[in-house]
Amino acid sequence: MILRNGYERSDGMNILWILGGAALLLVVYFWSLYNGLVSLKTQIEEAWSQIDIQLKRRADLIPNLVNTVKGYAKHEKGVFTEVTKARSALMSAKKLDSKAEANDMLTAALGKLFAVAEAYPQLKANENFTQLQKELSDTEDKVAYSRQYYNSVVNDYNIRIRTFPNTLFNEMMGFAEKEFFAASEEERKAVKVSFE
Amino acid sequence: MTITSAISANVTKTYVIMALFIALVVLVAYVLGQALGYGNGFMWFAVLLSVFSSFISYYWGDSLILTMSGARPADRKRDFDFFTVAENLAIAAGIPKPRLYVIDDTAMNAFATGRDPKHAVVVATTGILATLERRELEGVIAHELSHIKNFDTRLMAVVAVLVGTIAYMADMFLRTLWWGGHRNRDEDRGLGSIMMLVGIVLAILSPVVASLIQLAASRNREYLADASAAMLTRYPEGLARALEKLGKDKEVLEAATNATAHLYITNPFKGKEFGAWFANLFNTHPPLPDRIKRLRAM
Repeated sequence: MILRNGYERSDGMNILWILGGAALLLVVYFWSLYNGLVSLKTQIEEAWSQIDIQLKRRADLIPNLVNTVKGYAKHEKGVFTEVTKARSALMSAKKLDSKAEANDMLTAALGKLFAVAEAYPQLKANENFTQLQKELSDTEDKVAYSRQYYNSVVNDYNIRIRTFPNTLFNEMMGFAEKEFFAASEEERKAVKVSFE
Repeated sequence: MTITSAISANVTKTYVIMALFIALVVLVAYVLGQALGYGNGFMWFAVLLSVFSSFISYYWGDSLILTMSGARPADRKRDFDFFTVAENLAIAAGIPKPRLYVIDDTAMNAFATGRDPKHAVVVATTGILATLERRELEGVIAHELSHIKNFDTRLMAVVAVLVGTIAYMADMFLRTLWWGGHRNRDEDRGLGSIMMLVGIVLAILSPVVASLIQLAASRNREYLADASAAMLTRYPEGLARALEKLGKDKEVLEAATNATAHLYITNPFKGKEFGAWFANLFNTHPPLPDRIKRLRAM
């Protein structure tokens, strides 16, 4: 009898230990899931503000460029208004997709502006103009790279949210999938890389 | 090998190398101390010295390497492409922009150093900046940023300083032994035999040093940095073309030393005899045609 009771008591203890362990594991799981998602979300916000900074930088370069080109090509009014319109659309855009759209519009308008500039050799020789051209193409690189980083972080985050079992709890904790920053301009091809 | 496993392997290797260095110096000091009759005082001095230089290599390795290479800070206006390309790729990699330096030398080369992404430095020669087009330069800088992101630079900076110290000492003692050994044999026999002893000890140690370097500079590291660079720029052709141009450059970079050779994107000595017997220990770079082939296959 005494032996039996002893066994029963230790069984009860074992179950308690197992339950306690399971509860602890669950707490640890939620803890790391939550923290991981929060840190990814912060990275997304940082990446987004980086894109914003670069888009603003791009818009800031435009008036100077337009004025320089105007000095040599006064009567190309159509191109100037198009560029200015695209610029103000970019400045006033608030949401992700409208920003992407306005940015593409500006790219198209600038393409026309630079095509026009081709016809003015004196303009092309202007140091201020070449410097602005360099700055603009650098800013376009910066927009492209910050978009690439943003999309890669969003991708990590979405994968984390979508995979089982996280997918069961993320809504409860208030995490929703994020959208990518798309661009209609020719997307640079992603590279397949294998490590040996 | 994945990026995360490469990072943790690098961090572990750094500490292993620092520990090995301390052990090595203390051992040499102990043997010398016993042989010359100075006792253990000599050894304790060596303990202090080696621990001290390990710390220096960890925290100030990047500054030391910069001083050794005689580089000047890059200027946004003067080095526009270098400056902006590094800025852009740091954005793409999600790391702070590294400090940028330029070596005034027409030989084409570049390297990165620093103990983590927050304390990183990228150095390029004026030769590479003048010769490469922007997309090619992007490939090179992306390769260097990958070294930073993978913590290769921490390991390599520590190795450069610690192994450099040993290499320098070994070189010096061997030279003295070779050229000075026969001169005044009768007058300073005592000094000569001390030199002989030190030289022999260091000569015995040199295989150990060599394996340390191999531990640090695995060829895989270069392939991995090439692959990460391609992922960053999404344009492997840029780096491939840059490597082709680097392969055609036959000029020796004077600023490079035995200790810093493994840092550079391509071997700065171009396979020439340099520092005689020590040079072949630094055959740390995978062959360029192979790297280019792999990039083109991506």
